[in-house]
Amino acid sequence: MPHDHHDHDHPHALLPPDPALRVKALETVLTRKGLIDPQALDAIIDTYENRIGPRNGADVVVRAWTDSAFKQALLQDATAVVSKLGYYGRQGEHMVVVENTDQTHNMIVCTLCSCYPWPLLGIPPAWYKSDAYRARAVREPRKVLSDFGVSLPEDTAIRVWDSTAEIRYLVLPQRPPGTEDMSRTDLMSLVTRDSMIGTGLARSPDKAGP
Amino acid sequence: MTRVHDMGGRFGDGPVQPQADAPVFEQDWHGRALAVTLAAGALGQWNIDVSRHARERLSPKDYARFSYYEKWMSALADLLVETGVLTQEELRGADPAQTALAARKLTACKVHETLAAGGPADRPSSIAPLFQRGDRVRTRRIATNRLVDGGHTRLPRYAAGATGHILRYHGTHVLPDSAAHGLGDAPEPLYAVAFRADQLWANPEHAEDEVILDLWQSYLEPAS
Repeated sequence: MPHDHHDHDHPHALLPPDPALRVKALETVLTRKGLIDPQALDAIIDTYENRIGPRNGADVVVRAWTDSAFKQALLQDATAVVSKLGYYGRQGEHMVVVENTDQTHNMIVCTLCSCYPWPLLGIPPAWYKSDAYRARAVREPRKVLSDFGVSLPEDTAIRVWDSTAEIRYLVLPQRPPGTEDMSRTDLMSLVTRDSMIGTGLARSPDKAGP
Repeated sequence: MTRVHDMGGRFGDGPVQPQADAPVFEQDWHGRALAVTLAAGALGQWNIDVSRHARERLSPKDYARFSYYEKWMSALADLLVETGVLTQEELRGADPAQTALAARKLTACKVHETLAAGGPADRPSSIAPLFQRGDRVRTRRIATNRLVDGGHTRLPRYAAGATGHILRYHGTHVLPDSAAHGLGDAPEPLYAVAFRADQLWANPEHAEDEVILDLWQSYLEPAS
């Protein structure tokens, strides 16, 4: 496969410049050629809009908070454990879960593209895919955390995981104090998407929404 | 020898702008772009490394000005033509010729199964792991593909020539430097390698903070 072109050789220049029209043009030609089923596209969109998202990750986190054997197994072999819960699939074939403690805070990024654990968190938010996050998370994670309103104690070390291979990472956030008597459902509401990427912490119960 | 996508550590991008409650797809066409890309990928004419490399090969000017899903769409159009799935004339709007590839079309009833099956990247390999947890290693001095000049690699420039230690062994995985160029899977040992911040940055926020990268054995050499 050729690995380089001059700008004017790129076939994409043949498509309409407006992005929505560009997508429509590709969908149309591929459909007319019998290569794409528009109903399959609807099903893919429905999957990631309604079926696969951060609730999956939050389910895993709450299980780890409330079941120490589950947590140990998860930290040992996350792929096997989340597969049993039905959270295996595209962009989550090789999972590793990393645990936040008082000593270590973990953060996930993909500097080269935007790799993200889809089966557990869904499609990444815009900021995760932004140049600013990709460029800065590895060099100045503490300043990036402050963009999210998070500040860590000076003696907490930060580990930033740059997803350069097909391994996908999920952060196990610390369980907030004062949550010992909470139900699973209430605990789920404390686990934000950002807390599982490491740009946030789990919510304190007094700050949780209704 | 660098590519615009390799932006880890770059200066000048300004603040990250978190959004707590944005919809999954901020525009209808974003979801459509993702779905067209996945459905076209299901035709089996390229692997994930080829498709990543197609985005990285966008000209720096296009890469910088295109939004995320515009990159996906443009790279997809390029790949469809390069692999012969579509002709340039068809892309321009000519009546499409029928193709045997249509037998591989992803149908709506197969979507769940296909997404749930995923595409694992681990493969058996005859290459034995050279390193163990705790071993000190140094990355290639220059982050470049050794098989194809200017080709795809997953060693970011900011971590080139840096010394760290092996944190985890992930088993043997497809080597993107090879697979992105139709040169085979070439699986080899893959490790999580930890680098102290002061190994990577002139002015680290905290010397003992770490960055962990997943790196293939051929990116590494023993360090004392």
